[in-house]
Amino acid sequence: MTVQQSDLKLDGNAIGGLLREIFTMEMTAAEGTCSSCGKVHAVGQVEVYMNAPGVVVRCPACGQVQMRIVKGGGRYWLDLSGIRCLEFSSD
Amino acid sequence: MVQETPRVASLVLEMPDWPGHLAGQHVDVRVTAEDGYQAERSYSIASSPEDSRLAITVERLDDGEVSPYLVGELRIGDKVELRGPIGGYFVWRPADERPLLLVGGGSGVVPLMAMIRHRVAINSKTPTRLLYSSRSQDDIIYRAELERLAARADGLTVAHTLTRMQPAGWDGYARRIDLAMLSEVAWPRHEMPLTFVCGPTPLVESVASLMVDMGYDPPSIKTERFGPTGG
Repeated sequence: MTVQQSDLKLDGNAIGGLLREIFTMEMTAAEGTCSSCGKVHAVGQVEVYMNAPGVVVRCPACGQVQMRIVKGGGRYWLDLSGIRCLEFSSD
Repeated sequence: MVQETPRVASLVLEMPDWPGHLAGQHVDVRVTAEDGYQAERSYSIASSPEDSRLAITVERLDDGEVSPYLVGELRIGDKVELRGPIGGYFVWRPADERPLLLVGGGSGVVPLMAMIRHRVAINSKTPTRLLYSSRSQDDIIYRAELERLAARADGLTVAHTLTRMQPAGWDGYARRIDLAMLSEVAWPRHEMPLTFVCGPTPLVESVASLMVDMGYDPPSIKTERFGPTGG
């Protein structure tokens, strides 16, 4: 079977557990503003690729890489440079 | 363990100290091999928040790392490591009174079933339609329960489509979900429905974009994709 890149696409719901480890709160309903196109999406809506050594998150509107998350050796590397603003509930 | 279809089983777990969950949330399940190798996968919660035990429904993927263990080898009394509940986007809260359209493909029906069970458990009258795509009749998860719940005629209707094989005398749909099917099943736009779509990525994207083309408000369409990496 040939695996297409599009078959490997998931969404932000798939990294809810990982994001909660990092932010210690529920994050899939958080809203991120894309630093490239300015569109706002809930984390649950964004495109997620988990087949790389880390997690790559892309904007569903323009495809810009929004986040890269690598976890290993007891550390996290979190690149959020593709998100201008992340807004979430403090509850 | 409840065998739902030849490839799908529900695991019913006793969860002391479970904080409770919302319909549509998932858990991350981690299994550890004897040599210390760990693998983690996400599975949707199938049970209603009112149930005393937590159920997850798992499709066995032959080349998967976790699902063959959960569906084939797990025994009563075994312990699994579980993290959750997780998710705040793909969840239904009954205080939201909009009519519900639930569209599921394969094991994507699982979080939708949690919503349907939740709705029944709290006696909600929220008008709800489920459109459920399976390969064949034998692949329909929760078939008997869905039939029983729809027969209560309390505002839940269930429409099936079988994409590969249909039994003789089948009166449901027999093709992939398309515009004509959604036009028949979906609530009229002016009723401002809330839509949840869960299934393999191609199904989810096709249904979501058809709904947007039909004029439904994008924020009212919530999606969750299942991938082949789910194993």
